[in-house]
Amino acid sequence: MIPGNFHYHRPESVDDAVAILAKYGDEARAVAGGHSLIPMMKLRMADLAHVVDLQAIGDLKGITVDSSTVTIGAMVTQHELIASEPLAQAAPIIREASLQIADPQVRYVGTIGGNVANGDPGNDMPALMQCLDATFVLTGPNGTRDVAAREFYEAAYFTAREDDELLVAIRFPATQGGYAYEKQKRKIGDYATAAAAVLIEKDGSSCSAASVAMTNLSDVPVYCQGAIDALIGSTLDASALDAAVAAMQEAIDPQADNRGPVEFKRHVAGIMLRRAIERAASRA
Amino acid sequence: MDKMHFKVTVNGKQEELLVEPRELLIHVLREKLGVTGPHIGCETSHCGACTVDMDGKSVKSCTVFAAQANGADVTTIEGLGTPDGLHVLQQMFKEHHGLQCGFCTPGMITRAYRLLQENPDPSEEDVRFGMSGNLCRCTGYQNIVKAVLASAAELNAVKEAAQ
Ligand SMILES: Cc1cc2nc3c(=O)[nH]c(=O)nc-3n(C[C@H](O)[C@H](O)[C@H](O)COP(=O)(O)OP(=O)(O)OC[C@H]3O[C@@H](n4cnc5c(N)ncnc54)[C@H](O)[C@@H]3O)c2cc1C
Repeated sequence: MIPGNFHYHRPESVDDAVAILAKYGDEARAVAGGHSLIPMMKLRMADLAHVVDLQAIGDLKGITVDSSTVTIGAMVTQHELIASEPLAQAAPIIREASLQIADPQVRYVGTIGGNVANGDPGNDMPALMQCLDATFVLTGPNGTRDVAAREFYEAAYFTAREDDELLVAIRFPATQGGYAYEKQKRKIGDYATAAAAVLIEKDGSSCSAASVAMTNLSDVPVYCQGAIDALIGSTLDASALDAAVAAMQEAIDPQADNRGPVEFKRHVAGIMLRRAIERAASRA
Repeated sequence: MDKMHFKVTVNGKQEELLVEPRELLIHVLREKLGVTGPHIGCETSHCGACTVDMDGKSVKSCTVFAAQANGADVTTIEGLGTPDGLHVLQQMFKEHHGLQCGFCTPGMITRAYRLLQENPDPSEEDVRFGMSGNLCRCTGYQNIVKAVLASAAELNAVKEAAQ
């Protein structure tokens, strides 16, 4: 499997990369780790005249935790997300989820930017970013703008990012309380059959704040306000969990594929969410 | 499309050649440089038979453009030991019957090499998790895990003796 031919660019600044993307329009595409893009190019499902390698752009690297805000450069790899102690302190759910993505070889090269920009419903980071209420920082020919992760996904592989924009960084508030990322997959290294990202804060025995988002159960990640409403103010008792799962079932739209029929996916989604809420609550 | 000048260090030896940017690292290694230790298994980034060490990371060389690897420092199974002086991992794979048909072995050992660099004292669970990007079609995992654990013990014993 050999990809089609292309012109290769290795710019050293965000401005240069954006200029190349702007010049060639939809003939050009950025490559970060390449572990979503190259398989598509090998299958000739993506045919690009220009490939813009982001690896030499220093400004896209690094993790900073500043008072209560976390900023992660687009080119930070999943391996680096797992290794970062400051990040594990500020938002431990990132490490928990990253450890469940693909396998070690893929995590060494796969980046957070590529994972969220890709728009593949199977990717784990998009729902996680919605759960964290992250902001995506995009730079294009006309400057930089912020887009909420919860507004970013339009359909499978379609996002709010313009062709000539680069995702440069991801920003979100440090988390409080309990967290869990629960993922069911057919085998280690596989994409999710269903996964749930949950954050829970408690005030005494009552749930004072919550966030819930689901992976691979629709053509976009599912941020689940109904489930959140069912949890907040409850004591996270069985009836609150039932209500949260029921609300989540309303919000998802799984499709049958090689990971199973719709009924099975709904069943697994319910189990993942229940487990994630229970584990997040136990850590809150 | 234009070929590019491609420089790479493979097992300590500097190489310079012309490649198309789209060529995959595995093809450059095997077909242009004659380094045939890394194998082409699934070609879909799943099986890990093509694993090499690139700039201190285990990567699946079927999913790396030559262009991305320009300037890289690559170690393959050929760089870890010789038939007369086996690497500890090679010795332990032999002793613990971690080979079976042997097709996945170069990728397994190259991956295990990096795993032990990062975690010299892994638990069995660490080894299973750390080797999860490498598939063995004989499903000989049990002995592969034993061989990696035995290598860790051996390397640690050597280190202790040196101190
Ligand atoms: C065997 C295997 C198993 C996998 N399993 C999982 C899994 O379980 N969960 C999961 O989430 N992922 C999984 N992945 C995907 C993997 O994590 C990818 O590496 C990741 O999704 C994409 O990151 P990348 O850096 O490789 O991006 P690339 O492949 O380089 O890019 C992906 C897309 O994003 C665009 N892009 C990348 N960076 C930017 C940027 N900064 N600005 C604008 N556009 C950009 C590219 O143009 C491209 O369209 C798997 C991959 C493989 C090969």
